[in-house]
Amino acid sequence: MKFTWFNLMPWPYLPDDFRQNNRSVWVDIDQRLFDPVKAHSVYNTYMDLLEYASTLGFDGIGVNEHHQNGYGIMPSPNIIAAGLARRTKDVALVVLGNSIALYNPPLRVAEEFAMLDCISGGRLVAGFPVGTSMDTNFCYGQIPALTREKYQEAHDLIIKAWTTRDPFAFNGRYNKLRHVNIWPRPIQQPHPPIHIPGGGSVETYDFCIDNTYSYSYLSFSGYIRAKALMDGYWKRVAERGAPDDSPYRAGFAQTICVAETDAEAERLYSKHVSYFYNRCLHVFAGFADAPGYRTIKTIQTGALSQYAPPTGWGEITWKELTEGGHVIAGSPETVRQRMEELVKTLRVGNIFCLMHVGDMPAEKCMYSSKLFAEKVMPKLRGLYPEWENDSRFWCHPIPQVAPGSLPRDARVAAE
Amino acid sequence: MELKTIATPHVPVRYFECGTGRPLLFLHGAGGLTAEDPFLNALAAKHRVLAPLLPGYGDSQECAQLRDMLDITLHTLDVVDALGLDDPLLVGHSMGGMIAAEMAALDNHRFSRLALIAPAGLWLDDHPIPDIFSLVPYEYPPLLFHDVESGAKLMTAGTAFDNPEWLKGFLIANARQLGMAGKILFPIPERGLAQRLYRVRARTLLVWGDGDRLIPPAYAQAFKKAIAGAELVSIPEAGHMAIWEKTSAVVTALERLD
Repeated sequence: MKFTWFNLMPWPYLPDDFRQNNRSVWVDIDQRLFDPVKAHSVYNTYMDLLEYASTLGFDGIGVNEHHQNGYGIMPSPNIIAAGLARRTKDVALVVLGNSIALYNPPLRVAEEFAMLDCISGGRLVAGFPVGTSMDTNFCYGQIPALTREKYQEAHDLIIKAWTTRDPFAFNGRYNKLRHVNIWPRPIQQPHPPIHIPGGGSVETYDFCIDNTYSYSYLSFSGYIRAKALMDGYWKRVAERGAPDDSPYRAGFAQTICVAETDAEAERLYSKHVSYFYNRCLHVFAGFADAPGYRTIKTIQTGALSQYAPPTGWGEITWKELTEGGHVIAGSPETVRQRMEELVKTLRVGNIFCLMHVGDMPAEKCMYSSKLFAEKVMPKLRGLYPEWENDSRFWCHPIPQVAPGSLPRDARVAAE
Repeated sequence: MELKTIATPHVPVRYFECGTGRPLLFLHGAGGLTAEDPFLNALAAKHRVLAPLLPGYGDSQECAQLRDMLDITLHTLDVVDALGLDDPLLVGHSMGGMIAAEMAALDNHRFSRLALIAPAGLWLDDHPIPDIFSLVPYEYPPLLFHDVESGAKLMTAGTAFDNPEWLKGFLIANARQLGMAGKILFPIPERGLAQRLYRVRARTLLVWGDGDRLIPPAYAQAFKKAIAGAELVSIPEAGHMAIWEKTSAVVTALERLD
């Protein structure tokens, strides 16, 4: 099993009446709610927490990309990852990921990921999301019906740039480049392992299966609701004739809160969980799915009530969230049981542990993370012993140099 | 009203045909077109009306090869060829007006008469056009209609905006239709038309609801300024959907091009 400690980096100062006075946490969120001076300590605390997680035995620390978003203040995950690369050792840097259709040319991603891989000594796990409609279409202006085609071209260009040793011409529809010749290139060969976040489309399943990429389902609604989607993925893995059904072909994000007892977990964390699920996920329905971005099938199976005139705000409770599996919370034993159920029912080898939730202060987050690392993680490690040596979906670091290799002072001895 | 299919180089095209008289090619707006459309039926009283659906609209086949303004303009000229039309009266509403204006600018010896009803295609920083792609259904009527309440009924055929069956149908149609429209309208409905409008040689009539809250009448002035000799008819007490709200007034206005 591979456990990645993940921080979405929510803005922790959304007011209590946020939902009443704002239509969306994303895209057109009120700028005045952001305080750059407070952000100085928020960013540094969040980076400290990621570094702390690396000392606890997590296999990876994870960052992602969102734009104009009150629960993810990380438009450039590569900036955060660069900081982490310098201050951590051995732990994987899981950048999940860069929305490659947004960059012009997407060679920028090939270059920055190569830099991260070199700086970190081959610790990069690279994620290539298509991106949400909010980020991709409404914030970054990509045409919904063309986003997938542009994404595909960006992917092909990046892989070719990483794996071709001589300058080449790339005549794409969206990228015309006469001299592709990236400098630097990644340490990991033929390229860093690739994880693709997806939301249930068969095209994305096939894309992962055919290229030996790991399929990640990054949902906030928990493992119980994810069962149907992941079953669909594994069915497709079999249908498509994949050479194996290694659990590392899949990853899942889960909100997790650990305390000494179930009661303590509720007492310590319910406030912060509520902040996330009731305040941070308040996204205007009009931004959820630009027409042409998602498939007809998704609409047919989706919840329609959000498109009707609003009738008021219900709050989702701790009880509903924990019973429904959105959040796995409680004593180490409770969490172990439910995590085991998650790992087995979804057949996932990569777990993205959402251990920082909403406006959780650092001490509580450290407490929960430490308990998980010490009392839960070791008991889940051996769940897929037959796939223990499957290294295709994880990074391959080289022996690493420590930062601080400079001589003691800048004087050069007289010659 | 007949719904027919005709072959074009990229994709079979569905089109409505009705009426007799001089041929009129009508290009619909982003909301699409149905056989019951009151404007189409009113036009048929004096014209042979041909109204092709943009690929992906109604029950028509989508076409991945149509990606941008030039693709869609040339495709629509292909439709004119396929239908064998010789200098039809070219009429477009909203997005259809944008396409019609592009056709008249690109192939500028082909059309002698052009009617643009609240066309898209220009952008004025002082009058930003609302983002139709991020609207939820109940937000449309205030932007589309002068009389919001009656407009809402026209839009939903009398049902409520929270009727799940209606919502599902609307969202599915929107995903296909606005998905296609997005290629020329998203995220800003402007693809360089302003620098091509000087090429339009057709006698041009602009028709605008004076209460248009989607593409406000300031755009009527901008089009009038950009197309030599263009005449503007303002329709009182009408919004962006003047063709539905004041159908006969719009049809009468078109007589100026007779």
